[in-house]
Amino acid sequence: MTSNVNLGLTNVGPETHPLTWRYTKAGKAVLDIKEYEALEGYAALKKAAAMQPTDVQAEVKASNLRGRGGAGFPTGIKWSLIPMGPDAGQKYLVCNADEMEPGTFKDRMLMEELPHQLVEAMVLAAYAIGATKGYIFLRGEYILAGQRLNAAIEQAKAAGYIGDNLLGTGFNFELNVHLGAGRYICGEETALINCLEGRRANPRTKPPFPQQAGAWGKPTIVNNVETLMNIPAILLRGADWFKGLSQGKSPDAGTKMYGISGKARITGLWELPIGTTGRELLYTHGGGMADGYELSCWLPGGASTDFLMPEHLDLAMDYDTIMKAGSRMGTALIMVVDDKQNIISVVRNLEQFFARESCGWCTPCRDGLPWTVKILESIEAGEGQEGDIQTLQQLTRFLGPGKTFCAHAPGAMEPLQSALKFFPAEFAKGIKA
Amino acid sequence: MLTANTPQTIASDRVGDFEFSAYEREQIEHAIHHYAEPRAATIDALKIVQSQRGWVPDGAVYSIAEILSINPGDVEGVATFYNRIYRQPVGRNVIAVCDSIGCFLMGFDELYGSLQTKLGIKPGQTTADGRFTLLPIVCLGACDKAPVLMVNDATHFNVTPENVDSVLEQYV
Repeated sequence: MTSNVNLGLTNVGPETHPLTWRYTKAGKAVLDIKEYEALEGYAALKKAAAMQPTDVQAEVKASNLRGRGGAGFPTGIKWSLIPMGPDAGQKYLVCNADEMEPGTFKDRMLMEELPHQLVEAMVLAAYAIGATKGYIFLRGEYILAGQRLNAAIEQAKAAGYIGDNLLGTGFNFELNVHLGAGRYICGEETALINCLEGRRANPRTKPPFPQQAGAWGKPTIVNNVETLMNIPAILLRGADWFKGLSQGKSPDAGTKMYGISGKARITGLWELPIGTTGRELLYTHGGGMADGYELSCWLPGGASTDFLMPEHLDLAMDYDTIMKAGSRMGTALIMVVDDKQNIISVVRNLEQFFARESCGWCTPCRDGLPWTVKILESIEAGEGQEGDIQTLQQLTRFLGPGKTFCAHAPGAMEPLQSALKFFPAEFAKGIKA
Repeated sequence: MLTANTPQTIASDRVGDFEFSAYEREQIEHAIHHYAEPRAATIDALKIVQSQRGWVPDGAVYSIAEILSINPGDVEGVATFYNRIYRQPVGRNVIAVCDSIGCFLMGFDELYGSLQTKLGIKPGQTTADGRFTLLPIVCLGACDKAPVLMVNDATHFNVTPENVDSVLEQYV
């Protein structure tokens, strides 16, 4: 599968496109270790191996890299919470490659086309935090990514980048791919750890946070694929260079994998400076809406983000700007909803997903989400009862942040609460007179 | 004393005749070595059995519990939690159609409807000849090429009611 990456962009190079330049330059997937090495591959690891782990951590912290899985937590700060020193004991690094946020397809592309870049990033990050074992937690459906990552790991072992006494540092590292078996909740980092341990993927109580007690009770760092894949370039070119990548479009640092799905003329992925506007993404790169379709509203970064309207297209797509507009950047792969869609049906589809994927651990989520779907189905059929809209509004509060065990149900409420705000007439139409 | 983690001995008539093949046993033992505890290989073990038999029969739950030294209830808990583990027999080929929002916006309803008509089954059912089982699945991570479905381990992109026959033809 070839993705539309960097379509229409020129001058793609390591200085401007740290995530995808190798793929663009090679014009295909970079699977062979020799080919990867010829494209600056494993150079960052060699550089890091000559540094102290805490200095590697400091560089990542200084780069202002924020988590690309959706939450945007600063990676350097997450790392700084892990115990270091000779008494720290066994630690784990886990890559969250359980990409299942509806509308998101960036990690699939990155892993399928550039598996060595993730392997290098894992070794480098493990060295920085002193984790001797790493797992790439890959969703079971990503068969090709799994094959390519396993092949890359074998090549990296043979080349001496994984194993004992890494590049003469005395650091030992073992890396495995762990295949999941399909549940959205595995993306939640404590649920992911339960799944890794062979348990039902129910989330865990926090605190303790995984940095203190994660996999098998040991300090564990969980980072997203795209987050990790930025790290080799940060080490190679420095934190200041990374901060400059956003070209003043945002106080955030680096580039971001942006994407488009829905009825746009061109769908796909683009690596762009973080803070690029939705308008540039949709109209310059995506060519606008497909013929005969108008933009009704859009989800900025997955099913669990609030809808935005066409007037929000000029906002910088970065963490804080989209947050201020009442939504979340999430994964930054936008979904455009066209004017031929019934918004109630769209919301009903979204809530069906969340209801089915609830792990069932806590009552508000397990019972509240199917209830939400039931009400939406009756409104969709024009059979809504008096008071149904108020009930939906109540549910957005009862299932909101702080009311449930994890962020699953609050995420589910984001598209619902924004649809209620922006499309009150559509909801009212579904209430039986 | 029996604790929550003590493997139970189960009368063989309750579980049927199940024995790992040499290949299954070897693969499961290999997987155990990847983790700090054998329990972590539960999903691997379920998938290894499923890859050989198409699904996970009752007896396999007990055999997996035994080889991992965990409670059969815990194995069953995992087996029934994840979307891609089948605790009932399925057809020779499993069609998993993405029904999440990216595909929904691009014609999922039409595709799903046409598949049900063509195969003469509803979601969750298997065709009488045992050729296909039809299931929904969550977002397959290819929304730029929606609608998307998987048949067994292969993902198919831009599938429509018009071209779905050419996908089905590849599976006997």
